Amino acid sequence: MKSDDPSIKWIEEPKLGLSGRMYLPLFVQGLSTTVKHLFSPKLTVSFPEQRPKLGNPLIYRGVHRLNKDQAGRVKCVACFLCSTACPAHCIDIVAAPSPWPDREKYPESFSIDELRCIFCGMCEEACPVDAIELTSLLDLTGRSREEMVFDKEKLLSVYDITKDAEPMKSIAMGGTV
Amino acid sequence: MTAATIVTLIKIFLLVGGLLTAAAYLVLLERWMAAWVQDRRGPNRVGIPLTNIKMFGLGQPLADGLKFIFKEEFTPNHVDKALFRLAPIVIMTAAVAIFAAIPFGSVLPPLGINGVQDPIPLLVAPGLEVGMVYIFALSSIAVYGVILGGWASNNKYSFLGALRSSAQLISYEIPLGLGLLGVVLLSGTLKLDSIIGQQAQTGVWNVFLQPLGFFVFVIAATAEAARLPFDLPEAEQELIGGYHTEYSGMKLLLYLIAEFLHMITASFLIVILFLGGWHFWGLTGAGNEVTWPIAILRIVVLAAKILAVILLFMIVRWSWPRFRFDQLMSLAWKVMVPLGLVNLLVTAVLVEYGDAISQSIGASTLWVTIVLSWSITLAAWIGAGLLAPLSTDNTPRPLALPFDPESELAP
Repeated sequence: MKSDDPSIKWIEEPKLGLSGRMYLPLFVQGLSTTVKHLFSPKLTVSFPEQRPKLGNPLIYRGVHRLNKDQAGRVKCVACFLCSTACPAHCIDIVAAPSPWPDREKYPESFSIDELRCIFCGMCEEACPVDAIELTSLLDLTGRSREEMVFDKEKLLSVYDITKDAEPMKSIAMGGTV
Repeated sequence: MTAATIVTLIKIFLLVGGLLTAAAYLVLLERWMAAWVQDRRGPNRVGIPLTNIKMFGLGQPLADGLKFIFKEEFTPNHVDKALFRLAPIVIMTAAVAIFAAIPFGSVLPPLGINGVQDPIPLLVAPGLEVGMVYIFALSSIAVYGVILGGWASNNKYSFLGALRSSAQLISYEIPLGLGLLGVVLLSGTLKLDSIIGQQAQTGVWNVFLQPLGFFVFVIAATAEAARLPFDLPEAEQELIGGYHTEYSGMKLLLYLIAEFLHMITASFLIVILFLGGWHFWGLTGAGNEVTWPIAILRIVVLAAKILAVILLFMIVRWSWPRFRFDQLMSLAWKVMVPLGLVNLLVTAVLVEYGDAISQSIGASTLWVTIVLSWSITLAAWIGAGLLAPLSTDNTPRPLALPFDPESELAP
């Protein structure tokens, strides 16, 4: 684009008035903004002691859990829809014939590599029986890579920890048993 | 070793120890201020080691120091090894040595021990008649630390930072000196303790008599200490740290402490020259005959004033953006130097003819000086604002003729 292009709109810088040339408005404006923020309430929280306030914990995408049904069995039917939907390929399921009469398969092992997971929530969207859900747990730490691969027991225990604070979708809300 | 020598050694130990501790805690304060201004909480975790007591993060300086000590001290291959090692030593030595002429209190009452019958001046070199000259000479040596570091680093960012820094420090030394000269003319001495003593005797701080000198001096001192908005030498965003880019570990720590010492020096000078030093009306008294409570109160008052000035420096850091280099230079040469000269002229006239003017009007000399100097400050400030070509315009302009590359290439 050349400088005489008619589509260029040339704008003049506004002229400073007398007070602007005295530096005083700048001075007062800058100083008052700084001092105001110096005493304003702080936006950050002291994390381990104080939990951040989440907008709606029910739709927060944190650590996964595997839901249990009313009989205390794992709800998952090992249909592999979540691991197919997963863009990060972090879900690993080994299916086995179900010991229970109401379904054909159940997951013999079910592990999620939380380090590979991108917390997109597609597994939750894909699940036909509302077995896998993302909770509002956000401090996910571990001492090794192996520790961060959550197996079935761990995922079920996350359900036990969070089931009261974040109830599973009931039938009334359109969920499955 | 005489008792006087021992007393001096104790003063040196107290001063250097106090200064280094103060610098460490000012780093913490600076981080707190930065955090508070940005609506954060700042360092509040480190307390007493090996316990869970946090004490609002007051252990942070210790942790910072330990971190610097245990960090790898990497010397790049391409540096000039001797100068690279010398530079931080130069800047640190100069920064500490300045304090030999700066009083950190008034006097202590005589201890009554054999050999210490006189009041003890809280000043390492009380007999130094040319205190201000000494301080200025040593503060100029700080430029050597900067430029040696930048040169020895053999790195274009460091070198640019060092060049900027030397240009800036040399330019702002002139308004700094001019701002100071008014005070020296007024008090007729170069000794800082005598300057405080005179302000305490009359009860009128120099800032009331020398407003223009005060403004010039504060702005120039901010630039000398390379604090924002004058921190072009280090400008993290442009120069990745400027002259100390290549430094790490203890050498970097020496540079950072020296920078904070420059700020402390600037605050000391502002407080001592213009804000009455240890004097406060109705609290500290004025004479040299003191009791212990008064002596300690004077130290506290001085420290409180210095802390207030440092807090101002820190708030200023987060209030205004950095100057462009041409704006920095034109501020120094086209605004600050003329203002300083006006101040010098007015002070000289008032010192010489102040009594005659006040007698002809029939008012007291003090009030004539105050009214005249404030009105001239106002006039000079407005004049500088109207006349100074500060806003050098570098916006793009439409070319008068359309640009034709062929004509440029044609022989």
